[in-house]
Amino acid sequence: MAKRIDVNNLNAFYGKFLAVEGVSLSIEPKSVTALIGPSGCGKSTFIRTINRMHEVIPGARVEGEVLMDGIDLYGTNVDPVAVRRHVGMVFQRPNPFPTMTIAENVLAGIRLNNRRLPKDQAEEIVEGTLRAANLWDEVKDRLERPGSSLSGGQQQRLCIARAIAVKPDVILMDEPCSALDPISTLAIEDLMAELKENYTIVIVTHNMQQAARVSDRTAFFNIAGAGKPGKLVEMNATSVIFSAPAEKATEDYISGRFG
Amino acid sequence: MAAVVEQGTLTLEPLSRRRATVDRLMQAAVYAAFTLALIPLVWLIVTVISRGVGRFMIDSDGESHFNWDFLTQSMRGVYGGMPAGGILHAATGTLIITLIAAAISVPIGLLTAIYVVEYGRGPLKRAITFFVDVMTGIPSIVAGLFAYALFAVLAGPGTKTAIVGAVALAVLMIPVVVRSSEEMLRIVPNELREASLALGVPKWLTVLKIVVRTAFAGITTGVMLAIARVIGETAPLLIAVGVADSMNWDPLDGRMMTLPVYIVSEYRKGPQPCNNPDVACIADITVQRAWAAALVLILIVMALNLIARLIAKYLSPKTGR
Ligand SMILES: Nc1ncnc2c1ncn2[C@@H]1O[C@H](COP(=O)(O)OP(=O)(O)O)[C@@H](O)[C@H]1O
Ligand SMILES: [Mg+2]
Repeated sequence: MAKRIDVNNLNAFYGKFLAVEGVSLSIEPKSVTALIGPSGCGKSTFIRTINRMHEVIPGARVEGEVLMDGIDLYGTNVDPVAVRRHVGMVFQRPNPFPTMTIAENVLAGIRLNNRRLPKDQAEEIVEGTLRAANLWDEVKDRLERPGSSLSGGQQQRLCIARAIAVKPDVILMDEPCSALDPISTLAIEDLMAELKENYTIVIVTHNMQQAARVSDRTAFFNIAGAGKPGKLVEMNATSVIFSAPAEKATEDYISGRFG
Repeated sequence: MAAVVEQGTLTLEPLSRRRATVDRLMQAAVYAAFTLALIPLVWLIVTVISRGVGRFMIDSDGESHFNWDFLTQSMRGVYGGMPAGGILHAATGTLIITLIAAAISVPIGLLTAIYVVEYGRGPLKRAITFFVDVMTGIPSIVAGLFAYALFAVLAGPGTKTAIVGAVALAVLMIPVVVRSSEEMLRIVPNELREASLALGVPKWLTVLKIVVRTAFAGITTGVMLAIARVIGETAPLLIAVGVADSMNWDPLDGRMMTLPVYIVSEYRKGPQPCNNPDVACIADITVQRAWAAALVLILIVMALNLIARLIAKYLSPKTGR
């Protein structure tokens, strides 16, 4: 559990369009790494290269290396499906499966892969995972209700539970709170602080305070202009990025002068 | 009407007389159009019921009381103005042929739709979409001739069996199933596909267990409507399956009656001579049978629609709290 990730010289394309260029960075295990930057600078594109979800989009491809504990996730014999079992993802908008109950949503990653679970083991996983996602007390009496019957914040925690139920090593979160109210946002931030004990977490956020609150390290991405590729400007301990950034662009962005 | 409301710098105009009039006119027009559209439908249903029930009111011995003889008898040994004979053979024929047609066209149509929506790219996808469009426009009589000609080559000239008719109906059903399934697969949000893939679920399982499952209610409704569409087809079945008076359970051998063809053949027999006052005889028995069969056909189509609605209700994604 909780693996280290090293990205070397990564380019991400949509067809001919180079969206992210030359990113090299390291993500420490058992920590929260925040990706910040203005809209369109390629944060989502980059985070989706880590679990090979980028190539799901027709025409999209990746150059470069993403090493997880030294193994290249883009190596010739690596199955993207296997990568995604190790690197889970939470999306911007909560997206529980509408045909499934709360309990079924938690077990989705296991059941969809045609694995059979004895009933008691399934119940154990549901309870343990929902507890880990700080959702158990709120839903324990209605596990058989549809996932869509929950509030937005609860749905997002359900999606986090769904992601950790398959026991990944790394969890990617692309703006997980941007569709949520402040209270739900706090609940998710608390959850992240707990999850980093066991997982490597990467989060994209638009909210600078959130990056400062939850992350150990922060990477700032920027874009030179529309149609240009996004690039990593700098990466450092979060406290350093927010107090003494090395680059002028970083300072301008975090002080709210653009973006 | 109301005067201008003024307070300080805020001015609220009263509801304009012209806009209120236009609104009322439009409402009237909408209701009028709706009623107009409803008239033929209601008329049709009333006519079919009032003319169709007659056959259920006289039994095969000529006694006047409500009875199910029409549903439990075939036309075997029925002639002239005998107040006997029913649609058992035609109703089973229609069910058998339609079921086989559905069994052929649902897998083909659904898989085609899955290919087009989930996998297809480039020229092959465009070609398939084009040919499905072309198939949609095939006249049903042409589909019947095609199936007849196909089996003339495969099974010998003059082959008229239920399977030939089922193939003809399948040719008509497939494009409808493809189209409606495509629509239903397309409205499954992409987020659900991504959520499933990101859990490490392979694409084919994602398509099967998330996309098709989420769209299942809509796909079923589409299939039911496609069946309702072809169940009344007459011309292709006349050519491909022919006419029969007795029961035939074997789709691979011999002609088989179907409800639409039954209606046509009864109607074509015309009035029957009733010369012997000692024998129960109804002169317009054939017309009565045709209407009664039409009534049963409509009821079957309505039942199919009802089933489609129930399936949609119980299987559609659960929402709300
Ligand atoms: N599916 C796509 N197809 C083509 N271009 C895309 C697609 N998604 C994103 N892009 C482009 O890639 C660039 C980076 O986008 P994105 O990664 O979404 O930025 P961010 O998440 O930082 O706002 C943008 O210029 C965007 O227009
Ligand atoms: Mg984004």
